Amino acid sequence: MSNTEYILTVILVMTIATFSTRIMPFLFFHGRGNHPIMSYIAKYTPPMIMSILVVYTLKDVNFSNEIGLYTVLAVVATITIHVWKGNPLVSIFTGTFLYMFLIQM
Amino acid sequence: MLFQNLGYPWYLATLMAFFVYAGTAQFMIIGLLAAGVGLTEIAISTFLINSRHIFYGISMLNHYGDWGLRKVYLAFGLTDETYSLVTTIDPKDAVKKKQQYFLITALNHSYWVISCTIGAVIGSSFSINTQGMEFTLTALFVVLLIEQWKKIKNLLPFMIAAFSAAVALYLFSEQMLLVSIALSVTLLIANNLIKKSR
Repeated sequence: MSNTEYILTVILVMTIATFSTRIMPFLFFHGRGNHPIMSYIAKYTPPMIMSILVVYTLKDVNFSNEIGLYTVLAVVATITIHVWKGNPLVSIFTGTFLYMFLIQM
Repeated sequence: MLFQNLGYPWYLATLMAFFVYAGTAQFMIIGLLAAGVGLTEIAISTFLINSRHIFYGISMLNHYGDWGLRKVYLAFGLTDETYSLVTTIDPKDAVKKKQQYFLITALNHSYWVISCTIGAVIGSSFSINTQGMEFTLTALFVVLLIEQWKKIKNLLPFMIAAFSAAVALYLFSEQMLLVSIALSVTLLIANNLIKKSR
């Protein structure tokens, strides 16, 4: 598969995955939007998934070498800037630039 | 713009903006492509990161009527931004409602496609060393986690998630993502049932 073909496949896969999250409720929960267990799950699933995804992206980091240290520094920087400024793009860019700078030194 | 640094032509960013139309996922894919992960992981990650849209859809069930293909498009375009707008306005007139929802969705969609294209065209005029760019993914999730904390202010889901992630990591490192999500949702529902029976 050429590089462009690969990206087109990636786009197709992502389109299907994204669209399915948006169309699913309209297909499966037609007329049942107010059930209490649904709103309970709706409220608490996003924070759980975000926590798990953070662990997932960090699971292969070796915290006993310098990469581990850079990761910790960049995560702390991202949290600090986000709590301070509250702008997601600024926090993500700053954290990533710090990490890229440290790792490329 | 970031997409350009991986060396792809600009129109792929346009295509992605038009069809995928999901900011966080498009942001995430840069990290995933830089890390060289497979299509299955891309599909699962995209689905998971956009799984919050399921809950947007659920809360719009009673607002979007049976409008045929238009409804399919409204569902396709139900992004974070569109959701925050359509839940803020509250048109009384049914005909107006349909038009306004459609207009908001279509305008948001076109702004997104235009701005992604502009970013990609500008980005193609310079390049940088992308080593370490996969950290965008970690940073993105950390930021979303803080945003969730601000909204929820309840330790329970975070504790359930930490416990599930630790168990899954210890027992099934390879399938960690799926196992920990399944486990945490089960625990969450169990917790809800126990609370009710008391």
